[in-house]
Amino acid sequence: MNDMLTIAMSKGRIFEQAMPLLARAGIEAAEDPDKSRKLVLPTSDPQVRLLIIRASDVPTYVEHGAADVGVAGKDVLLEHDGDGLYEPLDLKIARCRLMLAGRAGDTTPLHDHMRIATKYVQTTRRYFAARGLQVETIKLYGSMELAPLMGLADRIVDLVDTGNTLKANGLEATETIAEISSRLIVNKAALKMKSARVKPLLQQLDAIVSADN
Amino acid sequence: MTLRDRWLLPEGVDEVLPPRAAALEQLCREVIDLYATWGYELVIPPLIEFLDSLLTGTGSDLDIQTFKLTDQLTGRLMGLRADTTPQVARIDAHKLKREIPTRLCYLGTVVHTRPMGTGDSRCPLQVGAELYGHSGVESDAEVLCLMLETLKLVGQQQVYVDLGHMGIVRAIVAAAGLDDDQTAVLFDVLQRKAAAELDELIASWQIDGDQAIAMRALIEMNGDAEVLQQARQAMAAGGAAVTAAIDELERLIEIVGSRYPDVNFYVDPAELRGYHYHTGLMFAAYLQGEGVGVAYGGRYDDIGKAFGRARPATGFSVDLKRLLALHDTAVRLSPGIAAPWSTDAALQALVADLRAQGERVVVQLPGTEATLAELGCDRCIVERDGQWQIVSA
Repeated sequence: MNDMLTIAMSKGRIFEQAMPLLARAGIEAAEDPDKSRKLVLPTSDPQVRLLIIRASDVPTYVEHGAADVGVAGKDVLLEHDGDGLYEPLDLKIARCRLMLAGRAGDTTPLHDHMRIATKYVQTTRRYFAARGLQVETIKLYGSMELAPLMGLADRIVDLVDTGNTLKANGLEATETIAEISSRLIVNKAALKMKSARVKPLLQQLDAIVSADN
Repeated sequence: MTLRDRWLLPEGVDEVLPPRAAALEQLCREVIDLYATWGYELVIPPLIEFLDSLLTGTGSDLDIQTFKLTDQLTGRLMGLRADTTPQVARIDAHKLKREIPTRLCYLGTVVHTRPMGTGDSRCPLQVGAELYGHSGVESDAEVLCLMLETLKLVGQQQVYVDLGHMGIVRAIVAAAGLDDDQTAVLFDVLQRKAAAELDELIASWQIDGDQAIAMRALIEMNGDAEVLQQARQAMAAGGAAVTAAIDELERLIEIVGSRYPDVNFYVDPAELRGYHYHTGLMFAAYLQGEGVGVAYGGRYDDIGKAFGRARPATGFSVDLKRLLALHDTAVRLSPGIAAPWSTDAALQALVADLRAQGERVVVQLPGTEATLAELGCDRCIVERDGQWQIVSA
């Protein structure tokens, strides 16, 4: 069990874009997580297994050593408190932006106690605090776009990829809060105790990412 | 609060029940006895003291971790200790005032406002040892060895020791001329080993040449002892302080490695965990199967200065409750003897005699019907022919 390397990631976009990179490092998933109900997937390498978990749970698993390595979006890492894990490599995949958006044509300036609906409460608070503004955050779990339309919030902070969802709901993005991409994250103890496994993987992926970008 | 949840403890606050409490107490004794055999004297600092002295010379992390309240007698702020080391440093600097190297140890609960990591206890039972008055690597080696002996008490010999040196980072920061804010940002990035972010910082601070190479090396250079050779070259921009720090790391590995062949060393100069009062060599113990470190220590020469007397200092601490969790052999209570309740002098003399011999004697109170097994006993005292006798169950 000690030689087993456990990699945690979420299914969907991160899985689809991270697996081709891992495949070039010799790790291929033995099953498709969309078709399988298994949460622990074996790989082509008998010493490597994949954990398929929710994106926001990936840092928690890695910090505690329940997984040695993980792939997590920078959005999730910004929201995850503390410095309990390493994020040594920007995989430059699943790119998008964390943006501030409001109703199209809404020109009210940003002000104190503005209501901001978001899944990213910490990041939002930090962003506005850095600009000297104190805002009221409203934690939502999905469909942020509805909040300004229904009068629940003045603005939203959300991930924006193409901007089509915003447009379809009469919203527009006004400011970029952070450029987001997926990072390879590593448990602190794993880097030290399993360095013979973790470091070569890091170096391989680093070379693969550099070759692509 | 409803009747149903009135008994709940605050999140992250735990208590220890039988039989674990007995096992923990046993471990406490073993640890303090071990430290005594190494010449470390026990001190018992107060759970609560004025905030000024509690936080003097420490970083803002410790401030955030400390519960505060107002002293009704003076109106001054008091704090519940979140870390015992600064208290022991105060004792060494202000109370003992010895000129010779002083070895002190302590054992007691510390209280944290927030768990250090998700799921951690907010009231760890901190035990530790500190050595004051010697600035050489020999004293760092001594406390590191004692930390390894502490882990040996709970059956852990295959330890991974992570080594760092605050002097390396400080020298590179000084050579690059970073201000306090920049240093704080750099420390955050180093602790996460976020290489891409470090590159952005280096570019935005317009650091180039050897300084940039040295700063990148902080993240890149980690591994077994051999990495120190490469680090020597790559971090040359840090000057003589870096060379001295690397010499100390090599010497520490040499001294401790020969005494503990089962221990694996991992060198990582960018490891800056802790309360930011460290100044020199730093070490942490990791165990196979544990996702986070189990024991931490290092040198903190400057802390006594704030108490008016700078003394070289090095030490380590461990959460005994966590150590106990690693220990799978439970303490078995010796089976006791059940005695009937009676005012008979002969019985009372017999019971007193047995207790003096170290036997556990449990009195069966009148009107109760506990079985011997429920009382944890395998024998009982009965009256036969006017004599009190012990019979096996």
